[in-house]
Amino acid sequence: MAKYAPMMEGSPRQVLTELQEAKVLRAILGERQLDEVLVDFWMNHFNVYAQKGPVRFLLGEHERAIRRHAWGRFEDLLLATAKSPAMLFYLDNWLSASPSASAGGRGPSAFRRGRFGFGRPGRDAQGRSAEAQGRRRGLNENYARELMELHTLGVDGGYTQKDVTEVARAFTGWTITGLRQGRPEFAFEERLHDDGDRVVLGRRIEGGGEREGRSIIHMLATHASTARFITFKLARRFVADEPPPALVDRAASVFQATDGSIREVVRTIVTSPEFLAPEVRSTKIKSPLEFVVSAVRASGAKVADGRDLARRIADMGMPLYLQAPPTGYKDTAEAWVSTSGLVARLNFALDLAAGRVGGVRVDAERLASGGPGLTDALAARLLPSGLSESTRRTIEGEAAGLETARVAGLILGSPEFQRR
Amino acid sequence: MLPRRVFLQSSGLALVSFGALPRLLLRAAQAADGVPRRRTLVVIFQRGACDGLNTVVPWGERAYYDARRTIAVPAPRGSSRETALDLDGFFGLHPALEPLLPLWREGSLAAVHAVGSPDATRSHFDAQDFMESGTPGRKATEDGWMNRHLQATPDPGATPLRAVSLTPVLPRSLQGRGPAVAMASLRGFGLGPLTGEAVARGFEGMYGAAVEDALRSTGREAFEAMGALRSAEPSRRAPEAGARYPRGPLGESLRQIAQLLKADLGVELAFTEIGGWDHHAAEGGVTGQLASRLRELAAALFAFHHDLGPRMADVVLVTLTEFGRTVRENGNRGTDHGHGSVSLVMGGAVQGGKVHGRWPGLAPSALFEGRDLAVTTDFRDLLAELLARHLGARDLGPVFPGHAVAGSRFPGVLRT
Repeated sequence: MAKYAPMMEGSPRQVLTELQEAKVLRAILGERQLDEVLVDFWMNHFNVYAQKGPVRFLLGEHERAIRRHAWGRFEDLLLATAKSPAMLFYLDNWLSASPSASAGGRGPSAFRRGRFGFGRPGRDAQGRSAEAQGRRRGLNENYARELMELHTLGVDGGYTQKDVTEVARAFTGWTITGLRQGRPEFAFEERLHDDGDRVVLGRRIEGGGEREGRSIIHMLATHASTARFITFKLARRFVADEPPPALVDRAASVFQATDGSIREVVRTIVTSPEFLAPEVRSTKIKSPLEFVVSAVRASGAKVADGRDLARRIADMGMPLYLQAPPTGYKDTAEAWVSTSGLVARLNFALDLAAGRVGGVRVDAERLASGGPGLTDALAARLLPSGLSESTRRTIEGEAAGLETARVAGLILGSPEFQRR
Repeated sequence: MLPRRVFLQSSGLALVSFGALPRLLLRAAQAADGVPRRRTLVVIFQRGACDGLNTVVPWGERAYYDARRTIAVPAPRGSSRETALDLDGFFGLHPALEPLLPLWREGSLAAVHAVGSPDATRSHFDAQDFMESGTPGRKATEDGWMNRHLQATPDPGATPLRAVSLTPVLPRSLQGRGPAVAMASLRGFGLGPLTGEAVARGFEGMYGAAVEDALRSTGREAFEAMGALRSAEPSRRAPEAGARYPRGPLGESLRQIAQLLKADLGVELAFTEIGGWDHHAAEGGVTGQLASRLRELAAALFAFHHDLGPRMADVVLVTLTEFGRTVRENGNRGTDHGHGSVSLVMGGAVQGGKVHGRWPGLAPSALFEGRDLAVTTDFRDLLAELLARHLGARDLGPVFPGHAVAGSRFPGVLRT
């Protein structure tokens, strides 16, 4: 368990680089592509920020917990993230304590003083922030609010500020132990807990230590607003930025009828007529991760090293594990269509085809071997859904005399390749 | 430079000797030589929470020295450089900011003290997020205040470089629906040197014909921005009059922002950032970690001012930081997370040579939660003043939703 200890070998930067590389390599090489898509979806849904304090050291376990439950019951997934040290730290719940806890008492025991001993000045700031706050006692509403707003009900899901406060009280004492010893784990600390009966979303929650939080997790996971919010986000990921309401309705019914079975909800979405409808085909703009991974996969590239790929994805505006707000990365076109991102995409397309991306090799000539004309042969391999007639004409107009790699770069950088 | 789009839209308007001018540019300030200029707001975010009390030092307040036994900056003493540099008989600049003293005295530099967020968080992460979104306490806000300014003042004559961030990714402040360009560097923003003209033409052609609106307009903006940078070659402009930028990312960013401004590329909003202000230990007083950060900041600001020369008449630069630090030093010769801090404001329109804002004092009863400098100027009121009085924004409601913007609350950092 010492693998995410602050005193581990290697620099903090290296820890982050390896996480990023692993994510890219899994996405490219994984044989269960839908697994990777869904894990990425949940990682974004339960976003944490690697630069906040020791979160990078806790991210491996966070991702493993999500991977374990990615296809299972939503409630199990939600509970796993609620107990994930990365989440407890990121949303400050580990510091949250009963306002009436004894004034001279000790703060959360994970690490009360001192620096984490890593990071450059100014960069590891968030961690020290929590450390500084840790000496003070009181309720922290951060997790309670995001639990309802972002993880379950949605911002319009019908909760009030009073509910936020009550949920925060229920989760006092959900904290981390063993962080300094390199064995960070969830712990429920009775002495930090604000025990008592309470009313949340109009329902009575019986007082009783850790059980209060578990009851709330159950209530939220099975709430109708949650069914809608989660299925809307899944449909947005798999179908369209504005998914068809009828599909969301059906998927939400399945969510409720199956006790929140993620497998059944995803099955409902991807086997729906809406999923295959011509009007939603190729309308999603690829995220930088999707763009890079799809280009590498389509080109049949051999990847020996994913670090440059991760850097390119960051250049396009999606530094992996580095989205600071709890909302995660957006899953709609406007987030990814930007000038700087586009320039980075065009350069990547050209560099990939020409063999100028570090650790990646593409055999453009082999790609072109399949058909009569160069453009058509490459397009058939790289973009099976086809080039638009105008793009094809533009490429043909410029392609005369261009070497194969440049034509391949044009196709990978085309508007059509930005969509999925 | 005039982007193609502007040219087409404006071609029915009156032509002047150097081509068709978009209307908003015509309304903008014109320099004596007739070259149209746009007013610019430059934002520098000091990430990590800068110690405002050791930046603009309240040396006239006894409580400051009581609370900081080892890291206080001594009161001014003659022409010593080992003390605060007196500003007004009560406040003084940290001696590392000495390069800025002439700007202060000539009236193009001011400070706003006890500025900050009404939100009480002492989390860097949350406080930066709140300051950049412009909505303290509200995490669900998706766009940033600078972008909402773009949305609230759509400008058909804007160049592709109206809003630029010299950072690898678009900062939260500039995220949103309005067009904004992030560039790690001017030189890096463009197709690679091996691209070739045919390929560049190919890309431009296929995006010009793209069916989807967002891709088509973004493609056009990207090519226009690249074209603007290519034809104006701002990165070839050497700093003027021997202005010397300090080494490091801040100096690099400001040097490039100045290049964009000198090339008249229509920049209205520019953003960059500097980290390393979180001095929990060994912060130091006259010398130390804070002093070296301040030295870099001062050198960069001074070089920028010097480099732009008369163009500073159209520029206002403001520094922001997410919160200040504890009044009392901690056991490690540093400070922990506090509340109010200080902003510097520099430019031709600045009511300079003055520490603005109401000073709440450092008496125990005046402190926020008994330990920190209270906030008497909401950062939104400072920014609203800059948007309203410098950039001419009229309706600031959408820029700072949930905040009643009123001229009466402006700190008065600009000359009216």
